Amino acid sequence: MTADNVTTLGHAPVASYRRRHFFARGGLPLQVLGRIGSGMLVLWAAVTLSFISVQLAPGDIVSLLIGEQIRTPEVEAAIRAEWGLDQSLFEQYVAYLARLLHGDFGRSYILQTDISALVSSQMLPTLKLTVAALAVAIVYAVASAVLTAGKRIPRSIAGGLELTLISTPTFWLGILLLYVFSFTLKIFPVSGDRNLSALVLPALSLGLSLGAVLGQVLREGLERALEEPFALTVRSWGASDFVLRLRHGLRHAALPAVTLAGWLVGNLLSGAVITEAVFGRPGLGRITVDAVLSHDMPVVLAVAILSALIYVAMSTMVDILYLLLDPRLRSDAGRAKT
Amino acid sequence: MSASFDQSYVAPRRPRRIFTAFASRPGVVLSSLFLLFVATATFWPQLVTTDNPLLADPIKSQLPPSPDHWFGTDHLGRDVFSRVVYGARYSVLIGVSAIAIAALVGSFLGLVAGLARGIIDEFISRFLDVVSSFPDLLLALVLISFTGPGTVNLILALGVASVPRFARVVRAQTFVIAKSGYVEQAKTFGLARHTLIIRHILPHAIAQVPILATIGLGSTIIQAAGLSFLGMGPQPPIPEWGAMLAEARNYLRVAWWIGVWPGVAITLTVIAISILGKRWQLAFEGRRQA
Amino acid sequence: MTALIEVRNLKIGFPRGAAENTVVHGIDLTIHRGETVAIVGESGSGKSVTARSMIGLCGNTASVCADTFEVAGKDVRAYRETDWRRLRGQEIGFVLQDALVSLDPLRRVAQQLSDAAGRRKLFARTQPDFDSHGLLQSVGIPDPERRLRQYPHQLSGGLRQRALIATAIARNPSLLIADEPTTALDATVQKQILDLLAERRKAGHTLLLISHDLAVVSRLADRVLVMNGGQIVEEGKTADLLRNPRHPYTRQLLDAVPSAGSKGFRLSASAASPGYDQAVPVPASAARLPLPAKTVHSGNHVLSVRNLVKYYGGSDTPVVNDVSFDLSAGEALGIVGESGSGKTTVAKIVLGLVEPEEGAVFIDGQLWSNVSDDVRRPRRSIMQLIAQDAFSSFDPRYTVEKIVGESLEITGLYGAERRERVLEVLEAVRLGGDFLQRYPRELSGGQRQRVAIARAFAPRPRLLVADEPVSALDVSVQAQVLDLLAELQAASGTSLLFISHDLGVVHHLTDRVVVMKDGRVVESGDVAQVFSAPRHGYTRTLLEAIPSLA
Repeated sequence: MTADNVTTLGHAPVASYRRRHFFARGGLPLQVLGRIGSGMLVLWAAVTLSFISVQLAPGDIVSLLIGEQIRTPEVEAAIRAEWGLDQSLFEQYVAYLARLLHGDFGRSYILQTDISALVSSQMLPTLKLTVAALAVAIVYAVASAVLTAGKRIPRSIAGGLELTLISTPTFWLGILLLYVFSFTLKIFPVSGDRNLSALVLPALSLGLSLGAVLGQVLREGLERALEEPFALTVRSWGASDFVLRLRHGLRHAALPAVTLAGWLVGNLLSGAVITEAVFGRPGLGRITVDAVLSHDMPVVLAVAILSALIYVAMSTMVDILYLLLDPRLRSDAGRAKT
Repeated sequence: MSASFDQSYVAPRRPRRIFTAFASRPGVVLSSLFLLFVATATFWPQLVTTDNPLLADPIKSQLPPSPDHWFGTDHLGRDVFSRVVYGARYSVLIGVSAIAIAALVGSFLGLVAGLARGIIDEFISRFLDVVSSFPDLLLALVLISFTGPGTVNLILALGVASVPRFARVVRAQTFVIAKSGYVEQAKTFGLARHTLIIRHILPHAIAQVPILATIGLGSTIIQAAGLSFLGMGPQPPIPEWGAMLAEARNYLRVAWWIGVWPGVAITLTVIAISILGKRWQLAFEGRRQA
Repeated sequence: MTALIEVRNLKIGFPRGAAENTVVHGIDLTIHRGETVAIVGESGSGKSVTARSMIGLCGNTASVCADTFEVAGKDVRAYRETDWRRLRGQEIGFVLQDALVSLDPLRRVAQQLSDAAGRRKLFARTQPDFDSHGLLQSVGIPDPERRLRQYPHQLSGGLRQRALIATAIARNPSLLIADEPTTALDATVQKQILDLLAERRKAGHTLLLISHDLAVVSRLADRVLVMNGGQIVEEGKTADLLRNPRHPYTRQLLDAVPSAGSKGFRLSASAASPGYDQAVPVPASAARLPLPAKTVHSGNHVLSVRNLVKYYGGSDTPVVNDVSFDLSAGEALGIVGESGSGKTTVAKIVLGLVEPEEGAVFIDGQLWSNVSDDVRRPRRSIMQLIAQDAFSSFDPRYTVEKIVGESLEITGLYGAERRERVLEVLEAVRLGGDFLQRYPRELSGGQRQRVAIARAFAPRPRLLVADEPVSALDVSVQAQVLDLLAELQAASGTSLLFISHDLGVVHHLTDRVVVMKDGRVVESGDVAQVFSAPRHGYTRTLLEAIPSLA
């Protein structure tokens, strides 16, 4: 058998091969900037997509934008001027971007109003509805998860309730709530947005099914966390089950739930459209449905871009929140050795 | 003393786990039976009801449920039971078609992105990001505002809105499998790249798609009903469940039954589909684990 | 000495379907104050659940009953959860393996220490007199100010394990239970943790150690209990038990430990003897059966590796830095190193799965690295891989027959011929035809690893690369797999590149060894020579860190 030592010890380093991944090593602020940047990029692409879709839509742009309004030379001239249809495509695009950047969503030729003003006047009721629904969802989810995780009978009851809630269309739940609480018991008003009590039923019908999904995810996450070795360690310190769940488990359970936030925002916005229709509430959803049915393209596009903006902004915030929740993802330079 | 470590554990050969898992659960059995009934209503509604869902009879308007009209009659005197039965055809088939389109297109995009990587992956992923930056229902609404309301347009709009979900899962799965131990091992056998893809990557990457589609079907049916409720889908007098509920909303004060049964039909169908989908997923995951 | 723990006829069971699955069958156990007791056993022996029963953490479904069960003089048989909670942390501290998952990864060290020190109410404040600094220092963590602010993942494995121990002793319990406290750690770190526990022992603390590793136990314990199948098969003073094992199972465990002394001999009972897989008759240490002799054609290099350099993921420190070695026909070469030493990357480069940035690999004198796949693919059958995790190296949709058969694909063996060869190698690893139609999930850990070995030998490779092939296995299964590997290698004359963190295994199996640290080769040469007279400081540290029997 040979014992030839092929390698001599203490060679100088052979190569100076270097590559750097700037973002991965940049620490928390750079990671945050990176997320914001990619969010803006998506938003820009979404705006561009809507511009392209208007250009590619069958028929000419004027009749697309005019909707079911009677086509008069005056209106046509106004549209041509607003969209710069006499200019080159690129100039139109730049002008379109510039307009949006200034918060100018153009004009609805059916409603004869400025869209930005229309949207901002309808923003508040929708905001109230979505915030209230979100509160319902979160309260339900946290309570259901913490109280039932890992307990056989409570969890199967909660699971059955959640399955039913998820499978119930929000608009039907709204109809049922209306029938029971407004028509029969006469506790809450049937429609409108005059006071807080008018918000209860819409918020419940929109929030409960979202809360059910969130609750399932949260419970699953909590159960997984309670089975991790660290849960055993924490219990070996003498901590009670309740402390273990709230102090240690909930934060772990929140991680998968937070990734759902994008889905949640999307569903709140989508659900608001339907809920407003059921309860006859004013709001963005209402004008969206009216716009779609009357082919009021400028309003539809404005709402679409706005919802993309909200969606992207919320997802970006959630991404950043995730970094704060889970220290393991922060690629800070201070990682210690020994 | 039993000190055998190695052959002491012998699992039953080729266990028929899917069958036993399905059979031992009453929820699964009930769901299957109910869906069988829904399928019958979808394809042969005549077997379930003899009433004509479109036949109006002003004399019989807004009758409460009775032996003659199990679910009562609506404001035009049409039999609500037969309308709910015939409605399955629209509500269920719209959901199934939309999810099928989404699953096919999504899996294709996901596979291409996952296998090609590089610039193609980047392009597809960004495109998916943009599409999913519009909330599902709003995206469908925007598409319908271009195409106009109607059954086919509704299917297309919902299908497009669900594409990113499938594409993302398949793409991620492709990545995971391409890095897995058995693909690495198979590389050392000297298999050609296309053999490797067809034999080891593809089957695993798309294995979950039917399950995902089943689970997603429930929410797609709900979304379809919601859009029909808003008037974006099949137009009256077609007895689509969502559209029926929209009509019923106006008569709720005097005839609750019009507004209850279509909702019950949607909810029960979606519950049954979810139970089966969940069960299928659990069985699938059980087979993957050691 | 007074008894701190007194247990008579302890039985623990878990419900399985309608019946109950008993995992501990009536054991007796006494731990005196100031004593260090160890329970040794393989997976499934019931050792961990026994330890957990002492703090009431067997899980809600477990049924625990005993004739006597006293902790610090108190009868705990009727204890409820609230009673146990007073005991935990206060009377008994508990340490698990792998602090990366055994500490809450989302909370800072300081928070967890004060949680452990008695902040049991949700909004309670830390006790003002709680000295977290002193606690960290007492477990040998330097710079506690900085460490307190960090999260577990920011600490190295050794510091993390120390922090976990600190939480367990925060309230100065009279008994510390350590369940496999060093299992996931590198040898040098393991030694530090064992030293720390030894210090506590010297200071008069009581310790219950749970381990699969007799060698680890032998360094610490006053008394050893050997558990198997839910029973204590042998009990005695550590030195007596190691020198003079009375029970065949204990002897078998001792024999299964690969070491310098076992070189050239079988670790498990011979395949020819009826005891194989039943493990009833065991060779006494004095009468080990020899392994078949192998022939090494030195100078006839199957594999030559020259000055490999590899960088990963934008880092500017290479994971592999100027690595060279040769492997002759029929020879077994070990690559030894701790985690992060670059040994697995070397294996991947040799396998042609990763291309080196610099340097080259030659197979039979022909260039192998940085060539196109078309050149490489036809030559692939020359070398085969045995991966650490056999299960994940199998396509879960494939039966054993297809799994093993796939490695024969490029050799052009099809149909009946292929089936015949598959059967032949399966029989060589003593699995036989019954296994052809099994799926990987239906196999035990040892069976999986044997299928992996069968697959590797099937195309009659000239070179076998084994990357930690036994590190996930119990010691007696490891013994069988190592014997099999040695046997088949000798019979086929295949060269073996054996990657491992375990010096004992490498010493037992290989002819020459390469010691790696931080991507570099620090020492290489004949295995006996390197291990008996190490020239490099790191090799010496590694060797000293191995806990040895006796």
